[in-house]
Amino acid sequence: MNVLVLGAGNSFRGDDAAGILAARKLRALVPRGVAVIEREGELAGAVEAFLGQDAVFVIDAVQSGAQPGSIVRLEAHARPVPVCFSRSSTHAFGIAEAVELARALGTLPPQVVVYGIEGKSFAAGAGLSIEIAPAVDEVVERVLGEIAAHA
Amino acid sequence: MSVKTRTIRVDALARVEGEGALYVKVRGEKVEEVRLKIYEPPRFFEALLRGRAFTEAPDITARICGICPVAYQMSAVHAMEDAAGVTVGGELRALRRLLYCGEWIESHTLHVYLLHAPDFLGYEDAIRMAKDHPEVVKRGLELKKAGNEIVTLVGGREVHPVNVRVGGFYRAPARREMAELGERLKRTRDLALETVRFVARFDFPDFEPDYEFVALRHPSEYPFNEGRLVSNRGLDIDVREYDDHFVEEHVPHSNALHSVLKARGAYCVGPLARYSLNFDRLSPIAQEAARDAGLGPVCRNPFQSIVVRAVEILYACDEALRITGSYEPPERPFVPVAPRDTVGFGCTEAPRGILYHRYRIDAAGSIIYAKIVPPTSQNQKSIEDDLRHFVEARLDLPQDQLTWQCEQAVRNYDPCISCATHFLKLEIDRGET
Repeated sequence: MNVLVLGAGNSFRGDDAAGILAARKLRALVPRGVAVIEREGELAGAVEAFLGQDAVFVIDAVQSGAQPGSIVRLEAHARPVPVCFSRSSTHAFGIAEAVELARALGTLPPQVVVYGIEGKSFAAGAGLSIEIAPAVDEVVERVLGEIAAHA
Repeated sequence: MSVKTRTIRVDALARVEGEGALYVKVRGEKVEEVRLKIYEPPRFFEALLRGRAFTEAPDITARICGICPVAYQMSAVHAMEDAAGVTVGGELRALRRLLYCGEWIESHTLHVYLLHAPDFLGYEDAIRMAKDHPEVVKRGLELKKAGNEIVTLVGGREVHPVNVRVGGFYRAPARREMAELGERLKRTRDLALETVRFVARFDFPDFEPDYEFVALRHPSEYPFNEGRLVSNRGLDIDVREYDDHFVEEHVPHSNALHSVLKARGAYCVGPLARYSLNFDRLSPIAQEAARDAGLGPVCRNPFQSIVVRAVEILYACDEALRITGSYEPPERPFVPVAPRDTVGFGCTEAPRGILYHRYRIDAAGSIIYAKIVPPTSQNQKSIEDDLRHFVEARLDLPQDQLTWQCEQAVRNYDPCISCATHFLKLEIDRGET
């Protein structure tokens, strides 16, 4: 059983660090054999990282207009990832694009769960907003629970 | 990914900071105004650097861009070595070129295959393109992965490389590692050649602005880390003279600074500029591929930048093969660099064009002042000029088609948006109610 945890975001842009921080916490807590990677910037490489995985857990910050600190869980293997997960710009390639590209190529793993943490501030140099830190911890717990259920 | 969908997204997210936008004001047959708000200059990082050790600049500035961290590291180490009066040569210099090859391959391939090719093949994005042309996208991903492998071996990590230091590297690759990389790169060079042939077949709009191109030029090499700053209008200066000739102007419609040539205004940096000023420095295989793709020694059509990027990918593969083939591990992975109370200058060729760093450091090695001018802030004025002329000649197009072509005109530059502002909104105002 190959399991991958991928934390995405930008650790220098306020709450965009949420996925990165969750991955760093999970690295110390996941069972042996579970790969944990962090990805800042574009995520085209995730298509490659997905290859050969049975289950993937992605954690990223999201902006959907919900209450800051809200958590959304999506089963990306079953349906498309909404655009609020994409780093929208003319050269960004976010997790939404990576998942959909893998699906188009027929290489999406059988289970891909995406956790989104609603961010508040994405300003350069800002720290994590007060509402976000507990959400990061909760996602860490939930991902650990899901990984344990696989074992 | 189209701007139409992006617009919807942005409307729902009004509280996002640093929203990027393109606004074109058309009255009758005339484009009255073009305002592009895409780029925040890295002022936060310049402030963060003050008081930090000169040795920290490569790792701190690498965080400015998730796509081109190597470029920031390279401009930073060269500036610090310039301040210290140290020159890094031999295999260490070659390893820096190799690392840069990796970044060009990664960055250009992402743009060519996943962001730019869909425009020419008539797809809204790479995902829809992948459904019809999976073999094309797979080739792009394989090529990009080769760039990742170079960055991982030389840079120490695939993303945000950690192996670069002022004076060289923390660890130099072993001979065996470089030989293995070289073996894999042979296939990569074939993929790059296929890429040039693939993009050469696209249709390009007839559009050739009279740019002032600015790039580095080296006596014998296609430029990565070293050279004089030259242009096709007679500029020929040392990197240390940059601030005598270029100035950043505040733009009323955005937080951005537009960089201009004091004497002449807008200028263009990046693949087109590099290629047009350095065609004679490309390797024979890259020159031949460019000619076969229909390019002359100068290319002024920004839509053909996709072909030029493909030629540069091929050159980077060829150069990486040359470097891995003749590699002898250096005795030490770095040369010692002692700080001096002075100013250091660095300018290297990031995938998107020249990236200028200037630091004032004290005798203890603390950074007193940092200035960073990324390529996108230098190209911003040229992008606006392109849009003005391009739109004016195509005002008879339906709104959606014109909007799409405007997006394409911005995408020609592969502008660095994701690193700074996150949302792009496009609006064409025709004064209709």
